[in-house]
Amino acid sequence: MAEAGDEGNPVSEPLDLVRLLLDEVVCVKLRGDRELKGRLHAYDSHCNLVLGEVEETIYVADEEDDDDEIKASRHPLLHSTVSRKSEMLFVRGDSVVLISPQSRAY
Amino acid sequence: MENGTPTQGEGKDPAGFLSEIIGNPVTVKLNSGVVYKGELQSVDGYMNIALEKTDEYVNGVKRRNYGDAFVRGNNVMYISADS
Repeated sequence: MAEAGDEGNPVSEPLDLVRLLLDEVVCVKLRGDRELKGRLHAYDSHCNLVLGEVEETIYVADEEDDDDEIKASRHPLLHSTVSRKSEMLFVRGDSVVLISPQSRAY
Repeated sequence: MENGTPTQGEGKDPAGFLSEIIGNPVTVKLNSGVVYKGELQSVDGYMNIALEKTDEYVNGVKRRNYGDAFVRGNNVMYISADS
């Protein structure tokens, strides 16, 4: 895409930010309360990604709590999670929500 | 402002608004209800967004902080200029 000669701003379009993350460990939020952490090997304009040394975390809402207020007030990271690891992963772009360098939880 | 004029004419278009607020603090709401507040770095034609110093809010509760964040445009419900 826009590989035109504006070298001034490294982030003149959003995907430039992703380009800066190549070969870095990134955190990718996916649809369906899933998250991937891994090294970004490749990406394209659809946000198709190739990640290495990936850990997938799936956030599972606890079924026992039917009280919505309790559910809403609870820290989301305390919900039970399922993790799995994978050496190399191709992610289809349409399930990507957010890409960032390592994030910090409050 | 020429709100309500059916012809585009010299009226501003929505993308023009987005390029005007680049560099400003914004609130971005996704279709999932998650809200991101940060500084708008850039936007493209897909409404992909690059944010800086981003806080993530889930159910109104601040959950995480991202130094930089790329948000894929198809998830965006709205972008609001905070000031």
